[in-house]
Parts: sequence; structure tokens; C-alpha cells
Amino acid sequence: MAYSKKVVDKFENTLNNPQAFNVGRFDPSEENVGTGMVGAPACGDVMKLQIKCEPSGNTHVIKEVKFKTYGCGSAIASSSELVEMLIGKTLEEAKEIKNKEIVEALELPPIKIHCSVLAEDSIKQAIEDYESKQ
Amino acid sequence: MTIKSTIYLDYASTTPVDPRVASKMMQYLTPDGEFGNPASRSHRYGWKADDAVEEARSHVANLVNCDPREIVWTSGATEADNLAVKGVARFYKSKGNHIITSKIEHKAVLDPCRQLEREGFEVTYLEPDEGGIIHPKQVKEAIQENTILVSLMHINNELGTLNDLTAIGEITREAGIFFHVDAAQSTGKVEIDLSSLPVDLMSFSAHKTYGPKGIGALFVRRKPRVRIEALIHGGGHERGMRSGTLAPHQIVGMGEAFRIAKEEMKADHIKVNAFHKKFLEEAMKIEHAYINGDLNNKVPNILNISFNFVEGESLIMGLKDIAVSSGSACTSASLEPSYVLRALGRKDELAHSSIRFSFGRFTNESEINQTLSILHNVVDRLRELSPLWEMHLDGIDLDTVKWDTN
Repeated sequence: MAYSKKVVDKFENTLNNPQAFNVGRFDPSEENVGTGMVGAPACGDVMKLQIKCEPSGNTHVIKEVKFKTYGCGSAIASSSELVEMLIGKTLEEAKEIKNKEIVEALELPPIKIHCSVLAEDSIKQAIEDYESKQ
Repeated sequence: MTIKSTIYLDYASTTPVDPRVASKMMQYLTPDGEFGNPASRSHRYGWKADDAVEEARSHVANLVNCDPREIVWTSGATEADNLAVKGVARFYKSKGNHIITSKIEHKAVLDPCRQLEREGFEVTYLEPDEGGIIHPKQVKEAIQENTILVSLMHINNELGTLNDLTAIGEITREAGIFFHVDAAQSTGKVEIDLSSLPVDLMSFSAHKTYGPKGIGALFVRRKPRVRIEALIHGGGHERGMRSGTLAPHQIVGMGEAFRIAKEEMKADHIKVNAFHKKFLEEAMKIEHAYINGDLNNKVPNILNISFNFVEGESLIMGLKDIAVSSGSACTSASLEPSYVLRALGRKDELAHSSIRFSFGRFTNESEINQTLSILHNVVDRLRELSPLWEMHLDGIDLDTVKWDTN
């Protein structure tokens, strides 16, 4: 499997230094936490994404993000990439993030595009969960 | 020369050519070597090449205890499987059109069977037990009036499990049906005695036994005689069963590899068995690791393990300094996990989590130790990253979770 160097680096950095790359969990019951989990073990990938937000003006800003991913190397790299894109964004901005941006940032091969779609779905779910609590 | 920083534990996929084999092959290529066409009957170049081909044929026959005249050179085990399955089916189609095989055969048998189905044949695909074994009783029960051929592998390439050829062969003999065996993984690993085995056709590969890629052979029994329809026509080489100029350097390579295999099988086995024991002991200290295949009925050079809550391809990426293969969907173009593991009834997630380690003649103990230490470390790290592991630690039964499968 010919992966881009970017996928390999992202995967390895995340694996070797999980704290620095936002691997972890928040208490999902906290009011300022939104959780999204997409995929299925039988399909080979599950992504769990959690955002911690703060109100800012008339919107909310993503302050911290935690994730865990079961899946192939590019699924793990995609989640890690997405998490970095999210920090500091307003919810409106975060909703605008498209899987294409992850594909481009990591130079994902066509057969791995579903990994980036999964990442996009996880942020949508996490925002939905967060908004339902507000 | 590149520096070999990667530990090679994928011997079931292919083996390096033994340097003794390579040096012999070199003698059959260049102007100062024996480069002749073995089919040239009119000069010494041809005679010498023919001698070399026949000597190699004897080495192959000697390893599996058959008559050299029963060995037909092919381009590899895939061609040998094709020639056996299609060759018998097409030659004997007036006698019947039913074939029995299994769900965990190599694609080199399954795809020809699919092709024969398109040509009007009927194929029964036997289900292995959870350890990957096909039981003789299943073969007996699947035999119909119109059955002409049973094709089953000796050693499964993903699991290392062994089928009982003697018991199955006795059934096919009694029923008057031909029995073909794919033995690509067997040579140099287990004794094969075709003088007593009730097997009619057997496929061999050179490159799984320290010979070169691109050469294999099909054993076609003379007594009782088996006839096959050729796939490749053009000159009537190999008694009409496989035309095309023979490749002496490849054939000599296979012959030398099989000659060495006969001599060194015992030593290879003792060494690999010790690695298997050590590997099994240490790898199974990892929680929720499961052996795929039947530990009591397998060869020691192949070890297939699933590490639950970790996906196989990410594990392979984590094990970047170790060359292994995975049953994970993500390593295949089809995005389907291993059909072999699924046929054993393994849950998809365990099929996704499987890694095949295979050891060989050039494996050493320090490589085994290094691999084990890296394996423990990478599984731990990937589990720290895995939401499934987290849920498992929280006491959640993953089978009860409703997954969002899109």
C-alpha cells in the first residue's frame, strides 16, 4: 500500500505521542462536551470525536478536542488531522469543514477517501450532540 | 545493496532464493553457461540443457517420492492449479460435471472453479470447521453421481492448518473420483510420499521453498492414469500437457531448492518449531489475542493471530520494521476482510485484526525477540488509541452496541 509520507508521519506521530496529538476522552455527560462516534467494528473503522466548547459572542468556539480511532493507518491519520483543524474554530466554521480538505492535507489515495468521510461525519455528530445540550 | 532494516516474517508469501540455488541458476543463462533450449535435439547445447532439466525433475520427484515422468513444469502453483482443475474437468466432462472444493482454497483454485461454473460445471464449496480443517466425512457426503474431481489444499496458506490427505484420498479412490491437492505451502515443511498417498494431482511452487518465482510443477499420476486437457498449446512440450520452451535456469533453481529441502527439512523444522513455540508463548501474553487455525493440527512456520480491538492494517503500519501480512480489509483492494477467516466463522472485527507471521530458514532468534517486543508495544499503543478498547475497559459489550454503519 503506497501511503503518502504525510499519512505515515501523522499516523506515527499520533501513535508515538498520543497526548500531544489529542488522543483521549472527556466526560461525555459534561454540558460543554459534544461527542460523536461513527463507523462500526465490522467495517474496520470506528471514530470517536469529542469537542469541548465555550460560548463566544453569539456562537461557541471549540477549545479542546479529544479523539480515539479504531481503523487503518489512514483512518487514524485522518482523525488526527481533523482534530487539529477543529481547535479554535467556531461551530459554524467547523461545520464547513469538508472531507476533501483532509484528503488534500494528507494526500489520501482514492481507496482511503472513506476515512475522511468518516472524519467529516464524526464532527457533524459531535456538534449535533453539543448543540442538543445547549 | 539496500540495508535490510526490516525483519522478514512473511515466508508463507514468498521466500528468498537460497544463495546456493541462485548460484546454480546463474550457470544456465550466459554464453559461457548452459543456455541451450532443452528441446534442441541436434546439438550439445540442447542436450546439456535437457540433462539439467531432467536432473531437476528428479530432484522434485525425489522430494515427494514420485516418478520423474509424473512431474510437469508450469509457471508456478497458480498455473499448476489451473491445469489440474480445468484440465481434469474439461477432459472428463463426459463423465460428470460436479467438482468439490472448499471455501478456504487459494484463489488459484477458486477462480478456475468459478470459470468452470460459467462453462456449465457445478461446484460444491465445503465449509471448514472453526479451526480451518475440511473433514473427510464432509467430502464423502458431498460426493454425487456426477462428481469427477475433489480439489483441496494440503496446508492452508493463511492459517497453516493441515488437511488429512490420506483419509480424503481413500474416499475419492473408492468413489472413482480424481483428487487434486494444492501443496504450494507443503514442500520442505512436511513429508509428502506420493507413492503411498491416494492423490492424483498435486501442485507445487518453487518460491515458497527457497527457489525462484515463476516456476512450479504439477504432479500428474501415471498409475492409475490421470489425463488432462492442456491449457497452453504450441509444440507439445511436457508430453503435450504444457507447451512452451522450458526455462532451464528456473527449473534448475526449483530442482536445487527441492534437493536442499529434502536434505534440510528436519533442520529447518527444528529451528522453526522453536521460533513458533517462543512466539506463541510471548504473543499470547497479550490480552485478547486469539489464534486463527487449529493449533493441534498445523505447521509451525505459519502463525495467524487476531489482536482484538486493534485493526490489522494499522497494526501492520505500526510494525513498520517487520514484514508480515494481514487479513485486514484495508490491505486488499476489495475492502473485504480475509475470506478465509470469515469462512471459519470469525467475527469480521477479528478478521480485520489478524496478522500472519511466518518464519523460515533465514529467520533468527534475535529477529523473533525484536518482533515480540515491538508487537507488545504497538498493540498497547494502538489500544490506547482505540475507542473499542476504551469501551471494553468500561465494561461495554461491543456486540450490544448499535453501530452507525452509514
